Amino acid sequence: MAESRTISMSGAATATLTFAPLSATRMLVIGGIALIVAGLVFGDIFAVFVLHQNANRIGERLLAATQAVAAGNSGAVTADFAAIGDFLENRGTKVDTHVHVIDFGYLALLLAGVQPYIAIDERGKKRLAALFLTGAVMLPVGVFSIHYVGLKYSPLESIGWASIFADFGGLLVLLAAAGMAAGLVSYARAHRAPVTDRALLADQSWSGRLLLTGGSLLILAGFIYGAWYSAQDLYRLEAHESSLLITMADSAAASHFGLASAAVGDYGLLQAERAVKIAAHSHIIEFGLLAMLLAFVQPYVYLSERWRRRWTVVLLTGSVILPVCVLLELRFGLLAGGLADFGGLLVAIALLGMLAGVLRHTGRLDGQGAAP
Amino acid sequence: MSAARKLLILSGIALAVWGMGWGLAYAVFFEHQALDAMGGQITTGFVGAAQRNLPAAHAALASYAHSEFNYVRQVDVHSHWIGLAMVLIVLGIVLDRVNLNARLRWWLAVMLAVGSAVFPRGVILQTLMAGALPMALAVVGAGLVIAGMALAAWGFARAPRPAAEA
Repeated sequence: MAESRTISMSGAATATLTFAPLSATRMLVIGGIALIVAGLVFGDIFAVFVLHQNANRIGERLLAATQAVAAGNSGAVTADFAAIGDFLENRGTKVDTHVHVIDFGYLALLLAGVQPYIAIDERGKKRLAALFLTGAVMLPVGVFSIHYVGLKYSPLESIGWASIFADFGGLLVLLAAAGMAAGLVSYARAHRAPVTDRALLADQSWSGRLLLTGGSLLILAGFIYGAWYSAQDLYRLEAHESSLLITMADSAAASHFGLASAAVGDYGLLQAERAVKIAAHSHIIEFGLLAMLLAFVQPYVYLSERWRRRWTVVLLTGSVILPVCVLLELRFGLLAGGLADFGGLLVAIALLGMLAGVLRHTGRLDGQGAAP
Repeated sequence: MSAARKLLILSGIALAVWGMGWGLAYAVFFEHQALDAMGGQITTGFVGAAQRNLPAAHAALASYAHSEFNYVRQVDVHSHWIGLAMVLIVLGIVLDRVNLNARLRWWLAVMLAVGSAVFPRGVILQTLMAGALPMALAVVGAGLVIAGMALAAWGFARAPRPAAEA
């Protein structure tokens, strides 16, 4: 135990150079992990309380629309599809919020990893990091608000203030990323000597190695599954969706309610199949990337080696459970869905554990700096 | 910085900036309009059926299928470009820890950089032209990305070498 503590502390000692109070690296590491945790928790809440209920409401409205077609009531059809559009916007903006918060968290960790290679002075780096984090919060908050703000007081025909706010956040992120990219290009062109803090990137701890190996295997699995999905399912599902919509319209027009409602049921199953397959593909890759990014952060995680290993195993376990169980939802329904949520929770808990280690590291550094 | 690392990091940054610019431009100028159009087309299709005008209904539903085909791919390229860019940059940063010789690392970088640029282009080309070329580009790009990632995973899984190339 004493030995493992020494290992992690010696790793942490190499991590002091660019981790000063309010440094760009510290802002990006803490901000990045916080964004990822926020995105994961938001995703879990969305999956439990919104996703399935929303899908059911869409199915009900689609059924109502086919009945309105049979009755020849065009006004009711328009109202039903307006409601479906509203439900889809509700779902779409929440999925986009979840995805963008997490991806900006990843990007923040990534940018923290390349800070030693950015040829800009620390003041400039801090400004870019602050700009990035501001945009990374503005965009998801704006996207989340789109459904509730709508087009109220908007000067534009189809874009509301929440969208404008979100787009502005995206622009800030883009400008910050472009500024850091310019610093990286400048570093690469100048053939500068390796910076002292490169030791961070050469961390060879057990946790770091497992995160890199496990992460790359998860990404590879996600790539292979994505290729299989696009070859086997993508075009088949698109063609099937189109034929189901035509069946719904034709059979409702001919007052064949049984056929129409069967097509609505099949349409719901098709959307569920598509959603779980895409979710499995994207989540396994996202968690693989997260694992690799967290390998960079390990020297900043001021915990005993035993706890760093525990959080690593918990994170990778959750990273496998969630996508596999999402995929199994088609066969096992809510049981698999509950396990998938548990997998997401494991990832969030492991991230919070690592964040606690990073905060301990910052406290230790600040304490040393304040000591006479 | 080795040539392989430079290739991965710089192509990753270029791809990330491109992907974000694409997403921003698409969100500002096209997405809302595309969603409005899709909503209008599917509603028109069912209203046509309610009015017993099935040819008009079929035409509107076919337009909806076409718009959805394009929309899915336009959103997909945004997320794939940025996702692949992050994979490139991450691998560029930790390339020293991929336990392969310099030549294999170079080929790993080339496969991932070329595949990441070509694969989403093949996807987006499907919205502009029919035929086998866009799909062939997507398949080749995806194959390169998978091969490069398999090489990286193998390199990470191997026991670390005592000294790594910078």
